[in-house]
Amino acid sequence: MRTPDGSIRPQYKALVETLACLPQEELLRRKQSADLSFLTQGITFTVYGRDEGTERIFPYDLVPRMISAQEWDRIERGLTQRITALNHFLRDVYGEGKILNDRVVPRDIVYSCKHYRRQMCGLEVPRNVYIAVVGTDLLRLRTGEFVVLEDNLRVPSGVSYMLTNRRVMKRTFPQLFHSYGVRPIEHYPQLLLNTLRSLAPEGRPEPNIVLLTPGVYNSAYFEHTYLARQMGIELVEGRDLVTHDNIVYMRTTDGLKRVDVIYRRVDDDFSDPLIFRADSGLGCAGLFNAYRAGNVTVTNAFGTGLADDKAMYAYVPDIIKYYLGEDPILPNVKTYLLTEEKSRQHVLANLDKLVVKAVGESGGYGMLIGPQSTTAQRADFARAIEANPRNYIAQPTLDFSRAPCLFGSQIEPRHVDLRPYILFGDKVNIVPGGLTRVALEKGSLVVNSSQGGGSKDTWVLE
Amino acid sequence: MLSRVADSLYWMSRYLERSENTVRQLDVTMSLLLDSSETSADTRWQRLLTSLGNPPGVEWTGDADGMTRALIFDPTNAASVTTCINAARENARQVREEISTEQWQRLNRLYHQMHSPHAQAQFRANMNDFLASIIDGIHLFKGVSDTTMIHGEGWQFIRLGRYLERAYATATLLEVYQESLLNLAEQEHSGYQYLEQVGLLRCCTSFEAYCQVYTADLSPDRILEFLLLNRDFPHALRYSIDGVRQSLDAIQRAGGRRPPDELLATAGKLHSMLRYTTINEILEGNPGAFLHSIREQCKQIHELIYRYYVQYSIQSALAV
Repeated sequence: MRTPDGSIRPQYKALVETLACLPQEELLRRKQSADLSFLTQGITFTVYGRDEGTERIFPYDLVPRMISAQEWDRIERGLTQRITALNHFLRDVYGEGKILNDRVVPRDIVYSCKHYRRQMCGLEVPRNVYIAVVGTDLLRLRTGEFVVLEDNLRVPSGVSYMLTNRRVMKRTFPQLFHSYGVRPIEHYPQLLLNTLRSLAPEGRPEPNIVLLTPGVYNSAYFEHTYLARQMGIELVEGRDLVTHDNIVYMRTTDGLKRVDVIYRRVDDDFSDPLIFRADSGLGCAGLFNAYRAGNVTVTNAFGTGLADDKAMYAYVPDIIKYYLGEDPILPNVKTYLLTEEKSRQHVLANLDKLVVKAVGESGGYGMLIGPQSTTAQRADFARAIEANPRNYIAQPTLDFSRAPCLFGSQIEPRHVDLRPYILFGDKVNIVPGGLTRVALEKGSLVVNSSQGGGSKDTWVLE
Repeated sequence: MLSRVADSLYWMSRYLERSENTVRQLDVTMSLLLDSSETSADTRWQRLLTSLGNPPGVEWTGDADGMTRALIFDPTNAASVTTCINAARENARQVREEISTEQWQRLNRLYHQMHSPHAQAQFRANMNDFLASIIDGIHLFKGVSDTTMIHGEGWQFIRLGRYLERAYATATLLEVYQESLLNLAEQEHSGYQYLEQVGLLRCCTSFEAYCQVYTADLSPDRILEFLLLNRDFPHALRYSIDGVRQSLDAIQRAGGRRPPDELLATAGKLHSMLRYTTINEILEGNPGAFLHSIREQCKQIHELIYRYYVQYSIQSALAV
């Protein structure tokens, strides 16, 4: 909210005035009414590892975060550039492998990646689109500059919270919202549907599009039902699908119905027991072969996790330069690859200052935050790094931005990040804004919902 | 509609109908036990178990208290009210987006009522109230189902589950009762017999409805006629099978496939049998066998629903 010199950034002035004018009881009343709205809508997620299948209301903060038109313009161009390059990269690595031959990205990083899928080699995907739905996490540094923290290219989630946050926000502060001139995001489901439709196999003019969910026990099940409903498409589980002669069908009371496009919210590993994990009951046997035969589009494509491996992340600026001949518009965070001797020694000596992350994990799991860690935790990570350096990266602990949040009737600053959602079909579409995630605990740098983080509405101003 | 979704809606509904039936029969049995009678408590409990389809693992050992708790709260008994309500809620949860919020909240409330830490104490303190509140919960659920849900295919599967379960349960009940009921006809009428007959009617919530049609003049033939062949009373077999047939027709109309000939024929035959058979024909023949055959036909309809709408083979579906 404030610039480095401590003054309030101009776009926040009206908000601050409005909040200052509201009596405390009124603020509380609006907060309670918003909470109730989330509760009755059943907007929940599942926390793993605690009581099995505990459902929680997604914590929500009433104070919106604001992004100016200029800031957004840069973010939008930067993300478009990045996603375009990453898509080229996936196509190249699973195809000719030019970038590997030219030694811009080392082969062993690619082949040792947990999410590399050799089955994808030499396969043509519809419209050459590997990643149709992307959620990229950004941080805003003290300098005001936005940097990319990571790309989520497999099954990024959270977009339903972005949409419901906006709906609640409009009801809670209608006048304020109106006076600010906020760019709309509500057409996201329609854009997603158009994106999916544009990727349908040739000769299927009215494609049957479905959303594939792992089922009710998945943490993002609410989102799956929400998106399916908003798009008016069928929500299916693996057991609803069958394949025959390389065609995917869904089992309906009116017989088998052909499926043309699958918006997949199931990880690669669980998608097809014949090709990937044989013990998975979540997928559909024969799906991959139908995909290979070009009879069904599955998106995101298999093996896209290759490009969101945290070690690969370090190479993204080079990847952008290689394919597009441009400098990255949105910079990376400095990243140490621990396979390199010099970096590793530096990291091991400075574990108390750095953040260490396991490369294949997400959701804040497998992470060490140096300044907030204990000696024992650091020793554990040091051992793990020595044992398998490829599995970790390290980054400096960033001083990223905080945003005002409402606690009771107090406004306090908390760390936030931003996850815009990028759609890639016949063109790139990014709805203005995204999910701003909030570290609810004072001083915490972890914003993931699976780690108890919350969220707030993000306003991109006209 | 996805087969899985239809399956879940159908079972959600069957399980609730089943728990209602168990609660009602238990309530009637407990109330009959209060009166001294020629029928022993042993016979009554055994008869209750038989008319509930002899749930596996539940046996009458002379412990009335243990028996009622097994039938209501025992989570290991696959037929207990708790198990049925759990299963209904689980089925609903799997298709949360296909049912209305009101339905979900009603069912959820019922579930939490059964699992409340006070449930057993409430049951002990006032069994009648407790059982009545469970039935209230189920009735409310049915009410909101009918008033808040689109009467499309999903609703038809819910209705199908309700009436098929009810038809099967009523046929089972009558099969168990018919012998003693018809033997009564030859005996002197006594207050005990009156209570027995009222009990049977109350098991199907049909005592008042019976009185409207036949006055309070109870006779075994008429009771059997009413519960089997009345076309206007929702718990009568004929009415239930009418409901099954109507829903099957509606589901068939909603789809574009070749009609499920065997399924429609089986339901149609049962429907015609109940429509065109007179009570005298049934009584002159073998009423037990008649009821048994109704049960067999209900099972057959269930299997055909599965074979046609839910678990059909890929080959058969591709051949169409």
